[in-house]
Amino acid sequence: MNQFFTFVRKEFYHVFRDGKTMLMLFGMPIAQILLFGFALTNEVKNTKIVICDYANDISSQQIINKIEISNNFEIQKIILSHKQIEDAFKEGNIKIVIVFPANFINDLLQFNTAQIQIIADASDPNTATTLTNYVSSIIAIYQQGLIKNTTIPYQIIPEIRMMYNPELKGVTNFVPGVMALVLMLVCVLMTSVSIVREKERGTMEVLLVSPFNPFLVIISKAVPYFLLSLVNLSVILLLSVLLLEMPLNGSILLLYVESSILILTALSLGLLISNVTDSQQSAMLISLMGMLLPTMIFTGFMFPIENMPLPLQIISNVVPSRWYYIIVKSIMIKGLGFGAIWKETLILSGMTVFLLVVSFKKFKIRLE
Amino acid sequence: MQEIVIKTNKLTKKFGKFIAANEITFDVYAGEIFGFLGANGAGKTTAMRMLCGLSTPTSGTANIAGFNIYKETEKIKKNIGYMSQKFSLYEDLTTLENIKFFGGIYGLSNKQIKDKSDELIELLGLAKEAKKLVGTLPLGWKQKLAFSVAIIHEPKIVFLDEPTGGVDPVTRRQFWDLIYSASDKGITVFVTTHYMDEAEYCNRISMMVDGEMKALDTPTNLKQQYSAASMDDVFFELARGAKRKAD
Repeated sequence: MNQFFTFVRKEFYHVFRDGKTMLMLFGMPIAQILLFGFALTNEVKNTKIVICDYANDISSQQIINKIEISNNFEIQKIILSHKQIEDAFKEGNIKIVIVFPANFINDLLQFNTAQIQIIADASDPNTATTLTNYVSSIIAIYQQGLIKNTTIPYQIIPEIRMMYNPELKGVTNFVPGVMALVLMLVCVLMTSVSIVREKERGTMEVLLVSPFNPFLVIISKAVPYFLLSLVNLSVILLLSVLLLEMPLNGSILLLYVESSILILTALSLGLLISNVTDSQQSAMLISLMGMLLPTMIFTGFMFPIENMPLPLQIISNVVPSRWYYIIVKSIMIKGLGFGAIWKETLILSGMTVFLLVVSFKKFKIRLE
Repeated sequence: MQEIVIKTNKLTKKFGKFIAANEITFDVYAGEIFGFLGANGAGKTTAMRMLCGLSTPTSGTANIAGFNIYKETEKIKKNIGYMSQKFSLYEDLTTLENIKFFGGIYGLSNKQIKDKSDELIELLGLAKEAKKLVGTLPLGWKQKLAFSVAIIHEPKIVFLDEPTGGVDPVTRRQFWDLIYSASDKGITVFVTTHYMDEAEYCNRISMMVDGEMKALDTPTNLKQQYSAASMDDVFFELARGAKRKAD
């Protein structure tokens, strides 16, 4: 036991004395959370909208007011010709233009139909769709207000409820993904690099010649990174709950237990990588290449897995973070208990045990 | 008859078709300084790694400190110390932390570690450097520290793999003073080296050529046998026939 603590203490010295490691360990998660939380959001905030109000009547004013109070747009009222609108789009200053034709209210009252033109910059199709949806829904609401005064025989008014995330915040999607990404990356990278470093510096030989059990070497390497990853997880959780207003509806304890399983998976992956490489650079490269892309793509937080071609969907099943992502979303957003996620937990645990066994078997207690 | 601490019989290591060490047979006596010489690629490191339990022999037998090299590696590990070419200390740990770490790894008690660190710091004159990172020390000091750490648990045998590479003759001489004092305490020293002046310091030396042990005797006898003026000449005489290219 004494030997074990001596080793663990040494690992902590390594971590705390190496600026690069510290930066990777704590800087990366914070940067990721802030990036994904604020910069890479698919919500629309403060978009510049140009309104060409040729009508300038009560009706158009009311719609404009509704757009104004929705807080999603920065309104600029100018009358532009079609040529000028096109130029403005080309300059890239504006994303969307609304044109109210002259006689808007007259058309509406006399013919019961009036037209509004919405022009969006679709060079970024996602933003364009989102923006036009916003505007259309505002107009639809206005229209419903008008209808109340008249009588139409049949009317279907859909009542939409967005479960678990009524405000449609992107954060709920990104945070669990970033948690999975950061834990995978940090743990795999740290363990593989720290073991390979011992090989590179020749200290591994000395450890293997010493009476210290080689498997204890692995375990004492894993313990510090396991603890640090839990600290890391707490930092991410704090940031996302306090700063990004991420909900945390389920049990925190359960979340930590599930995260521990993912961390173990990542640690054993790191161990496996350290067995097949001899230099820190290649360990780092394999960890980054091998983890970053599959985790980003197959976790499901950037691209929905259901929309992928079948072969890719099948591949996604072996990516541990995919299951962890489902678990985290269930706990944090839906507030579900273990009963709802036992299947995912089982799959993740199975992967962990498999990887642990393989990497322990592969670990070379002799040099060849 | 002196006590034998290393006894090998036809110890062989093959890597595929390449025979790194071919039927090496020799004895090392307790307390002696045994020089293990040979050109680069002659198979010194391979042989040494087999003796330390870092590498499993392809065939042949060996007993280290009375224990079987195949079956009793755990017991062997408790009785040997090892210092590799890349003087194996942690550069981002201080002198004191390194001593404590290796003391702990070798299973010393806290009291023993405390006494040993005081003793080593005093012996090596590292009082001022005790709390400095090892990475900032000069190479010669690192090597002396690495050697002291390798024998911190007072093993029966210590294996040194080219311990003095890259330092000046004065520092090398100081390093050998440490080796002598370890030998005086009864620790058997098994050392590989390139430097022929160091070969003269050994009680007995063996010469590896192309994976085989070509000569084994005291420096004086070897010089007589090959009617050479110095160990350098003996080395050239033996290594001339080598077919393997140095790596």
